[in-house]
This record gives sequence, structure tokens and C-alpha cells, in this order.
Amino acid sequence: MTEEVDTGRRHFLTVATVATGAVGAAFVAVPFLASWKPSARAKAMGAPVEVDIGKLEPGAMLKVEWRGKAIFIVHRTPPMLAQLEGVASRLRDPESAESEQPEFARNVARALKPEYLVLVGVCTHLGCAPLDKFTPGDATVSADWPGGFFCPCHGSSFDLSGRVFKDVPAPTNLPVPPYRYLSDTRILIGAAAENA
Amino acid sequence: MGSTGQTAKAAGGRLGALTGWIDERFPMTKLWKEQVSEYYAPKNMNFWYFFGSLAMLVLVIQILTGIFLTMNYKPSSAEAFGSVEYIMRDVEWGWLIRYMHSTGASAFFIVVYLHMFRALLYGSYQKPRELLWIFGMLIYLLLMGEAFFGYLLPWGNMSYWGAQVIVSLFGAIPVAGDFLMEWIRGDFYISDITLNRFFALHVIALPLALVFLVIAHLMALHEVGSNNPDGVEIKKVKGPDGIPLDGIAFHPYYTVKDMVGVGVFLILFSLVIFYAPTMGGYFLEYANFDPANPLQTPPHIAPVWYFTPFYAILRAVPSKPLGAALMGLAVVLFIFLPWLDRGKVKSIRYRGPLFKFFLYSFAIAFVVLGWLGLQAPTPLYTNLARFFTVVYFAFFLLMPWYTSVDKTKPVPTRVTYHAH
Repeated sequence: MTEEVDTGRRHFLTVATVATGAVGAAFVAVPFLASWKPSARAKAMGAPVEVDIGKLEPGAMLKVEWRGKAIFIVHRTPPMLAQLEGVASRLRDPESAESEQPEFARNVARALKPEYLVLVGVCTHLGCAPLDKFTPGDATVSADWPGGFFCPCHGSSFDLSGRVFKDVPAPTNLPVPPYRYLSDTRILIGAAAENA
Repeated sequence: MGSTGQTAKAAGGRLGALTGWIDERFPMTKLWKEQVSEYYAPKNMNFWYFFGSLAMLVLVIQILTGIFLTMNYKPSSAEAFGSVEYIMRDVEWGWLIRYMHSTGASAFFIVVYLHMFRALLYGSYQKPRELLWIFGMLIYLLLMGEAFFGYLLPWGNMSYWGAQVIVSLFGAIPVAGDFLMEWIRGDFYISDITLNRFFALHVIALPLALVFLVIAHLMALHEVGSNNPDGVEIKKVKGPDGIPLDGIAFHPYYTVKDMVGVGVFLILFSLVIFYAPTMGGYFLEYANFDPANPLQTPPHIAPVWYFTPFYAILRAVPSKPLGAALMGLAVVLFIFLPWLDRGKVKSIRYRGPLFKFFLYSFAIAFVVLGWLGLQAPTPLYTNLARFFTVVYFAFFLLMPWYTSVDKTKPVPTRVTYHAH
């Protein structure tokens, strides 16, 4: 036995202890961090909702709630659908290439059946609720307004398919939630067709 | 230590004996001397030096009123709004405690912004006070978090949509954005779960961290010593007793002086609490007198005034990720000031015209952006916000250039002081 301190051994033991402690701390952190994820109850409350659209008048909009978000269901009239082609040049993403929607909605109407538009009514800029401004030339928006949705928070605007206009803060079109028809007048929001 | 106890016993009778007894077991007298009665501060500190002690006063007010508010507040989405109304109407003096807390939030930011501007004026962030400055900036960041979490608690409609807007900023982060938003909210939207965790952060986690950081901030300050309006290091010229010639004991000289500041502050604070507790919608926003409604955005969303300069920057940028990044940068850049500043002098008194131009432009940009952030967006305002965003960032990003070429004046070796 020597009286001298084996510094190499001491250094090794210190590093090994610190490393083991750090790994342990990282493992202990997991349950705490994971406890912030949506709980089983929150997930269950986020289940799909069924909506009856049989009484929705042409040109009218219905708001329902799914996962705390407003879902807009618009019964579009033939003139409203006719406008969709005309505005393409003023849109940022007319083909919905960059936007969030189920595959079946990646078209001009952004819907399973063109007359019924189903959208998440949450502005893609910062999550405000856009207003329905369906009348063309609505004075509260602008004189050349073709009709669509307008967000009062930061002035983002969307056409009658929820497609975003150019030069507004919102980056993408309003999302289309997954949904499917249970019958001609009932839709299920939150679940897409089983065999679409 | 033993001898200190003996001397105190001899000097002060029974009280002295108690002091001695404690001092042998806890460094009470030592701490008092080091931190207060024998901490030498420059004798030329002016009114700008009130705001540090005032910030501590407001912290105490917030903690005290906060503790009493939690005794009646219910952190659940079903009860939160009602429990705040209950505090306002049914709890004895509840309205006063709540108005002290809500006015305290705005007062905190007024005091802290003036405290930070003082540091810019007199170069208090420069070597050797970099860590002191960083601790201060961390306090400011925590304070912003504290204000944001606290703002959700009344569960008014502006609380709700303000939280919605800020949380969705994290959605701008590529790839992890959506997951992060769900993780922060603990739900698919701002819900009861989110309210409950924001409450925990607001009343426990952040205040605890704030108090520790304030202690670190003070320890760093007392290690390097206070700066002053001349930006002269008083420790460089010491008397034979080792005490800086331009230094005076913090107690009683500055404790007494700070009490004058406290008096003026409390008069203004009381005027707001008793005569204008909402401050015309700036301290408490009118849309927040409606309960939270996930399906209905208030017609015009604006954060409380202390966040609006950054909010104006966010809105000025037409791209969401870039806007969010610039907003973050606008806050974080302050931390790097000690290294962006290449100036050889600290105080504005001896700086050249370039620094003065950029600093005053920055101050104007900050105020104008703050005003713009409160307004509804119009094309004119958006363009103005873009212009002042450029001015804001020019202060930081051009600083290495203008501070190194600026024509500075010679700095005296002693502080300028006129006896009165």
C-alpha cells in the first residue's frame, strides 16, 4: 500500500458516478415530462362527434365543437361553389399542397360532397376564430372581397373553401378535419372513412 | 466568531447577548455588514437607481397578495371565473387584494423596464457585470412567463385567447410543433387541464425560481459593486481604510433614499388601485370580463401592454415561423449586450453621438411598437411596425460597429458629485 492518492482512479470514479447519476436523473425526468401529455381522460373526451346536417339551409353555417375547436359546416349554394374557380390566382395555396386535410379534401371544393364544406374554424396563423363573411364585397372586409372567412385578429382571409389568400399572416389553408358521412344527413367528425 | 460574541455582549446588554448567541451559530451580523451596513455604493447614484429596490418591493407585494388570492381562487375551468368574481364581491377586502395583484403585475413591468433602461443608459451590463446582467435577464424572462401563466387564471375570454395565441406560437417550430403544443396544453385545446398546470407554474414553480434568481442577482451585484451614472469603477480609488473614496454605506444612506422612492411609488400605486384599477383597459382588459369561450374570439386580441412591443414585431412579419423567431430574438438579444457593446466607456455621459442616436431611437421604437401592438392591424400600422422593427434590431445588430467607431469623451477617475 502506498500513501499516495491514486488521482487517476479518483478521477475515473468521479466521472463514473456523475455519469451514472445523470442517466438516473434522465430516467426519473421521463415520468414527470410524460405527465404533461394529454391524459387518458383528455384523449377519451377528444373522441369523434356525430352531427345532423339535414336542417342546414343552403348558404348557412353550423358551428359544432370537437376537441374544444369550432368546426364550421357550410351548406354551399351553386353560386358559392362557382366562385371557387375565379379566385385561384389570389390564393397562396389553391391546390392545398401545403395545407392540412384528409386526402379526399385535396381539391378545389376541399370536401367529400362539394355542397357541404367541413372546416376546423381555427385560424392557421395564431388560432383565432375566423368570421363568416360570405357576402361578396362585404364592406367590413374590402370592396373586392369575393366572400369567405375573415380573421379579425390579424386580418387573415380565406375563400369559401377555407383556402388562404396571398399577403396575409396565415401560412396555410384552414384545416379540414377527418370526417365521414354516416348517412345523407349525418356526418361523423373526427374519424375518416374506414375504406376511403 | 467567539470574540465577536464577547464584544457584542459587552456592548449591548441583553439584546447584545442575544445577537452574540445567534452570531456564534448563524452569520447574522456578518451578513448584515457585508450586504447592507458595510456595502459601499457610489455616492452619485440618481433617481434611476430607485427601480431595483422598487422591483423587490413589487415582488414582495405580488407574493403576499398572491398567497391570499390562492386561498379563495379555484383553478378549474368550471369555477375559475366565478371564484375571481367571488373574490371581487364576497370576500372581505378581496377586491383590494386582487387589484393590488393585477396592478402589481403592470407595476412590475414598468419598474423592470425602467431598471433595464437605466442599465442601457449607464452601461451597467458591461464588464465586469455580465453575469449580473444575465441573472437580471433571466429574471425578466421568468417574469414574462409568470405574467403569461397568471393571465390565464381569471379564465376570461381574453385570458383564453391570449393563451391560445401564445401557445400556438410553438406550432411554428418545425416537426415538433404540434406535439409541443399538445404537451404544453395537456389536451387538444386550452382546457381545464391547461388551466390547472398554469396555476401550478404560476404559484409555485416560477415564483420559487424568481426568488432564487433575485438572490443570485443581488449576490452578483454586491460582489462586483454597483455601477453609477458616471460609469466609473469606485473600487479603483480607495482610502487608507480600504473603502472606496466615492462610496457610502448602503445603510443608512441608500436605505433612507430608497424609502423616498418607495413613498412616491406607493402614492402612484394607490392612485391606480383606488381610482383606475383597470387603467382604461390597459392593466385589465375589458374582454376579460366575459368568461372564456372556445368558440368565440374577442373582436380584437391584444396582449397586456407589457408584451405589445414584441407582439407588434410578431405581427409585422408576414411569415409565421419567421415572425415567431424574430419575436423570440427581440427578447433574447438583450442577453448578448455585454458582448455586442465594444465601447470603451460605460455611461451615456461620455458616449459619442452615434450611441446616443441608436439608444434613443431604440427607446422610441420600443414605445411605438408597444402602442402599435395594442391597435387593430391596418396596412399603415403594419408598415410602421415593420419600420420600427428594423430600428429595434438595428440597435443590437449594429452595436459592435457604432460603439467601436463612436467619438467618446474622456472619463474622469472620480465620480461627479455636487454636495447638497
